[in-house]
This record gives sequence, C-alpha cells and structure tokens, in this order.
Amino acid sequence: MKLRSRPLVCREAVEFMSNYLEGALSRRDRRRLEYHLRHCDGCTNYLEQLRLVIATSGTASPDDLNADVVDGLVEVFRRVRDESPQ
Amino acid sequence: MVDDVALLEALRVGDERAFRELVTRYQTSMTRVARYYVRSDATAEDVVQETWVAVLRGLERFEGRSTFKTWLFHVLVNRARTIAAREARDVPADASDDASALGRRFNEGGMWTDPPTPFTELIDNGIANERMIRLVHDAIARLGEPHQAVVTLRDVEGLTNGEIAQLLELSEANVRVILHRGRTKVRAHVETSLRGGTR
Ligand SMILES: [Zn+2]
Repeated sequence: MKLRSRPLVCREAVEFMSNYLEGALSRRDRRRLEYHLRHCDGCTNYLEQLRLVIATSGTASPDDLNADVVDGLVEVFRRVRDESPQ
Repeated sequence: MVDDVALLEALRVGDERAFRELVTRYQTSMTRVARYYVRSDATAEDVVQETWVAVLRGLERFEGRSTFKTWLFHVLVNRARTIAAREARDVPADASDDASALGRRFNEGGMWTDPPTPFTELIDNGIANERMIRLVHDAIARLGEPHQAVVTLRDVEGLTNGEIAQLLELSEANVRVILHRGRTKVRAHVETSLRGGTR
C-alpha cells in the first residue's frame, strides 16, 4: 500500500534543500521537492541562491588574514625547525 | 595553486615559504573550528599555534593515508578538546536564533509572500563576483557555533559529512541539520545585504 504524499508548501520545501544538495533525502522526499520546484519559481530561485552560496564558500576569501598572526607562527616554525633532533 | 602534498614535501626540508602558504590556506578555518570548543578567540589562536607545533613535530609520522587537511583538523580538534576540558566547559549547545530569518516570508498556507529573486547583481558570467565572495565570507564569520565550524568544514574546506561527524563526534544526521541551519543563515545574510537591509 502506498500513501500518496501531500504536496510540499514553500515553507517545507526550503527545509529540504540543504539535504537535497547533500544527496541525503529519501527518494520520496526528493520527488516531492522536485515536483514542488517544477511549479514554484520562488523556491527554484532559493535553491539556486543556496547553490551559489555553497560554491562561493569554497572560494578563498580576499585575504584578510592578520599578518602578525602569520609572522608569529613563522617564528614558531623556525623554533621547531631548529630544535636539535631527539 | 600548489597542492598540499607538494607543500608538505617542502615543509619536510624546512622551507619557510611552504609553511607560510599552509598557514595562509588554513588559518581562518582552523580558528573557526577551534572556536567550536574553546571560549575565546585568543584561546582559539593558542590552539591553532599548538596544532602547528604538533603538526611540525609529527610531520615524519604523517603517512598520507588520509589527506593532510583531514589530519590537520584531527590534530586541531584533539588539542582544542584538551584545552576545552581544562576550561571545564561543555561543547556549546546550539544557542542561536535560527527561529528563522525566514519565518515571516511565508503566508499562513506556507507559501512565499515575498519570493526570492536571483542574485543577479552578485554573479558575473555565471560565477560569484568579488562582492558575493565578501558577503558570503562575512556571513560565515558571523555564524555562531556549531554552525560556523560545520559550514567551514563542509562548504569552505570540502570535508564530507562523515568526516565531520567523526571529527566533531556528532551523528551525520546532526551534522546535516547544523549545516542546513548554517547555510540558511548565510543565504539570508547575503539576501538581506543585497536588499540594503540592516541587520
Ligand atoms: Zn515554493
């Protein structure tokens, strides 16, 4: 016996999207989401925004690293490098 | 970009530039993940420093069975746990207000009242432009824990959910829930900034 799934509303659809992109939805939920997306521009835009956000997260940020921190670590590096071997 | 393996080879013969490059590559993510365990930014920086010392001393023992990145974060998490235990503090619960940037965006029937529109101003030739990159990294920097650590490990560093679950001692389902909430906030921040809202 197969229960017919109730269609998703937008509020529910957005809750599924991260897992959809992770490939972690059940087949049934994936179908429900894909069905909703075919009929909803708002959610389709939302999913595209999410994809863009994720892709952008993996792009190195314009360098805002504190130079003092790096220099401090380089000092540490020199110390460890020059330790006499045990 | 030179890959980690090449940098490690250089590091083994004491090349300072290789070290500088690795630090630049991982410092921000390491600090964020450390911050998941310890109370202050200053302590997180100490954890990162101790991690590099441990990594430099353990270089000979790294056999390349995992990626350098995974190993690095394992060392980091171990250091951070030790120090957090000293701080006698539990891993923070999810205290943030994700009761949603989205709450008011839906009507009673659960449909958009104000549907999202494409981020066209943030895309040049199909890829994120400088402004988008800045907005996203700014949004990640504003996330509370545990969202910041999980989003950093998954979306910035590209670890798998399984690796993250193991590293942070969470279930994979839990990692995915945290990831979902973190991404929701990052997207909302970008959208709000774009619409000129102040938050
Ligand atoms: Zn919808």
